Amino acid sequence: MNEGRREIIQIVFVLVAVVFLIKLFFIQVIDNRYKKLSDSNAILPEVDYPVRGLIKDRNGKLIVYNTPEFDLKIIHKEVKNFDSTRFCEVFSKTPQELRLLFKELKARREYSSVKPTIFLTKLSTLDFAKIQDNIDEFPGFYIQARSTRAYTAKAGANAIGYVSEISKTKLDRDKTGIYKQGDYVGQSGIEAYYEEFLRGQRGVRFKLRNVDGVEKGSFKNGAIDTLSIPGQDITTTLDFNLQEYGEYLLNGKAGSIIAIEPSSGEILAMVSGPSYDPNLLTGKNYSSNFVLISNDTLKPLFNRPLMAQYRPGSIFKIAQAMVALQEKVITPETRFRCDRSIINCHGPHTNEDLRGAITHSCNPYFHAALRRMLNKGASNNPFDDTRIGLEEWNKHIRSFGLGKPLGIDLPNEKGGLVPSPAYYDRAYGGRPWKFSNIYSIAIGEGENLVVPLQMANFAATIANKGYYIIPHLVKGIGEAGKPLPKYTEKHFTTIDSTYFRVAADAMQAVVESGTGSYRGKLQDIIVCGKTGSVQNEPRPDHSVFIAYAPKENPKIAVSVYVEFSGQGARAAASIATLMIEKYLYGATKRPQIEEYVLRGKFLN
Amino acid sequence: MDWVTVALYASIVFMGWLNIYAVTYDQSASISIFSLQLNSGRQLLFIAGSIIIIMGILIMDMRFYETFAYVIYGFIMFLLLLVPIIGKEVGGNKAWLGIGSFGVQPSEFAKFATALAVAKYMGSVGFKMDQLRNQVILFVMIGVPMLLILLQKDTGTALVFTVFTVVYFREGMSPMLIIMGVIAAIIFILTLLVNQNYLFIGIGVILVSAIMLGRKKLKRIGVLTGAALLVCGVIVSVDYVVTDVLKPHQQNRVKALINPDADPLGFGWNVTQSKIAIGSGGFTGKGFLKGTQTKFDFVPEQSTDFIFCTIGEEHGWLGSLFIMSLFIGLMLRVIFLAERQKNRFARVYGYAVACIFFFHFAINIGMTIGLFPVIGIPLPFFSYGGSGLWGFTILLFILLKLDIHRSQVLQRM
Repeated sequence: MNEGRREIIQIVFVLVAVVFLIKLFFIQVIDNRYKKLSDSNAILPEVDYPVRGLIKDRNGKLIVYNTPEFDLKIIHKEVKNFDSTRFCEVFSKTPQELRLLFKELKARREYSSVKPTIFLTKLSTLDFAKIQDNIDEFPGFYIQARSTRAYTAKAGANAIGYVSEISKTKLDRDKTGIYKQGDYVGQSGIEAYYEEFLRGQRGVRFKLRNVDGVEKGSFKNGAIDTLSIPGQDITTTLDFNLQEYGEYLLNGKAGSIIAIEPSSGEILAMVSGPSYDPNLLTGKNYSSNFVLISNDTLKPLFNRPLMAQYRPGSIFKIAQAMVALQEKVITPETRFRCDRSIINCHGPHTNEDLRGAITHSCNPYFHAALRRMLNKGASNNPFDDTRIGLEEWNKHIRSFGLGKPLGIDLPNEKGGLVPSPAYYDRAYGGRPWKFSNIYSIAIGEGENLVVPLQMANFAATIANKGYYIIPHLVKGIGEAGKPLPKYTEKHFTTIDSTYFRVAADAMQAVVESGTGSYRGKLQDIIVCGKTGSVQNEPRPDHSVFIAYAPKENPKIAVSVYVEFSGQGARAAASIATLMIEKYLYGATKRPQIEEYVLRGKFLN
Repeated sequence: MDWVTVALYASIVFMGWLNIYAVTYDQSASISIFSLQLNSGRQLLFIAGSIIIIMGILIMDMRFYETFAYVIYGFIMFLLLLVPIIGKEVGGNKAWLGIGSFGVQPSEFAKFATALAVAKYMGSVGFKMDQLRNQVILFVMIGVPMLLILLQKDTGTALVFTVFTVVYFREGMSPMLIIMGVIAAIIFILTLLVNQNYLFIGIGVILVSAIMLGRKKLKRIGVLTGAALLVCGVIVSVDYVVTDVLKPHQQNRVKALINPDADPLGFGWNVTQSKIAIGSGGFTGKGFLKGTQTKFDFVPEQSTDFIFCTIGEEHGWLGSLFIMSLFIGLMLRVIFLAERQKNRFARVYGYAVACIFFFHFAINIGMTIGLFPVIGIPLPFFSYGGSGLWGFTILLFILLKLDIHRSQVLQRM
């Protein structure tokens, strides 16, 4: 009666083993999930942080460097015989603060009693010396060094930018996977634009860890670990003597100064006023200082040279003159009567040629010249005629690098506006428009918008007699010491270089006998310049001046905007020519002008 | 002496010892495999103890085991009774009797004692499997140690004694009991997996179709309906059992089996980590001492109940195949030995040995790969621990001793 029962038992034994082996085959060989889970369990990649690249000025002067900063870490489990009174003494804390620190520590999501966790951050070198002598009294506490940015000068904050912990949104957007929470990243200026060169390459050490997160030696004896590669040093185009001088001059005013070397497009100085001390946005008090600076009503973080869009004002007349010459609607000898019935003017002049019109900034002259330019009779319909003319005009003006971001090596550059037929179609909502609707663009008012950087580049273009190199702030990356390739290409305008000589002569006259002659003229150098007063009814005008010098073989082109400070001939012309002197001579020979600028009373 | 069995035994013990070392191996500390600081060093002492025990078993007269079977059984039951009273608690279970610093788990020795007693009873003159009185006594014999071990809160070891039903089956008991047990287990699992109402509908459908398809005699309809109602009653009671009878940690083990991902850091942790360790081994494994999951404590109880994870992680599927072949080889060999015995006592004892090994093997490996709930019982000869190793060694070598003298006994079949 028990026949076959032995076999049944044997079959069940074998069957169970076979089922196990099939199940094992599924989880071990077919399903790859477990391999990954096992790695994320036990292998802890530890980042070896590279040293961030240094930043120097064009003469090799160190501007930004790294300085060690110290964090105090705690392994809670290892803390023994903790003397809280003594701790408060050494770390300059009150008992309440200490209690709060422990409370915060335990509340943190990543808190573990066996893993090193940050307890205090950003101890200064000063604290460190004191703490280092006494750290042995506190088992379970460790000091960890980290490097942060430090600055040799208080100048150039908006150009250089700052470095801080990566934000949540930036981290979410990052597709490269390079960054992790708590990483430091360039947030603005050169620090942000050249982040990939400055940051260097992180190394990774693969550590084994147990279930409590305690380290258990290296994975595969370090065979797949990588060393960090330090970031590349960066040489800026800035002349820090000039930069600091510019900030000194602009102190207490809102506006910008940009100085460019025309032949190379290198920015010698880029001042944004008001600015801030870069040392405020590093180290221990970063957070509180950042709140103060970003909430400041004067917007010190707003980089005016690239971000503040203004109407160009009278300096735009130079561009108008050259477009008119190029289109052959006028010659340098063409005269227009100073008819002030449509558009007002200033100064005692009646019937100027082109040079006289630029010298005295004659508004009716350019109104008349633009009318010829836009209404050439290409069509009998005055609306179509203006449209055709404006299209041509727009193309010429844009060739000066206006109406679009130039492409400087800084983030957040604005492009300004050069109106086109399409723009007016939108603005007039489909209703027809013709010259008489839009003529205020003739004198740089109306719809035109530029940023100060574009105007400095415009001055450089005239200095170069017809081309520019995109203004940039970095002339050398790393050992090779070359700028990015796009900062070596020449961009030619659509204007023949002969017409630039006309402009140069006129701008020389502006400084020697015209609107800029009182505060713009220098003894030994021929300066070519143009004043501008951008209207802001009912507030005072913005004072604007562009210039370059010397006239032959120019070394420096400048644009200066000083907000709400009246005529261009006053604040802006003074500052621009002081900058030229500083750069070419090393100091000004006109202390009374410097005094005038520093006193800052431009409106009477 | 059956040297095949001895070789299989020695291989499994040796492999177990290497894996116990692999679990505790720390590349930064470099402690010798023989060091008594490590489990591997202590296990080596237990292995040495086993050799002494084996020699003792072989020296003893073969008639001793049958003659004193009830005495041994009674003595071990007495020890089990003592455990809840004077035992010491180790790791949540009060299963240890301590003499100084030396502790033993009587429950590990209850298995061979019960096997001896059951074998003696079934081998006695006048024993008939079909007599109810005999059957009742058989179930009392396994029920007593189960109950006493349950008092120690060691459910896993208590469950081992259910495997004696397989031995009874071999000796002529109706398979209905086992079949019904398996059906009950399936219904139990289904109840946890599927909504009760669907089960009732399903049973209703089966009942109606069974009535329609067969002959429509009143008695048959009555029996079928009664069976269906019984099953429904079981389903309802399962809910009660799960929520009211099982302790929270036992409930969680059942839930973890069904859905370990529900709470991977909580009650699903053991199963999840165990599967990660085994699954990460791949086809050939990470290599001896190269495992990370078992070594760094991600897997709990990794040198005792979850020792198989080390095989899976460091030696992969091939290693698992090899170890499982050793176990299946040993169990089939034991059945072979049992079948060649000349008397019923020795045969029943042999089957008890094979079935106990099988139960441990199936439950232990099944739980590490997520096929059974986590029931803490060791892998025979493999898991770390003195009592376990010695208990299994005694179990096996009494059979080998009986096998040596198989031709000397009178046939009493």
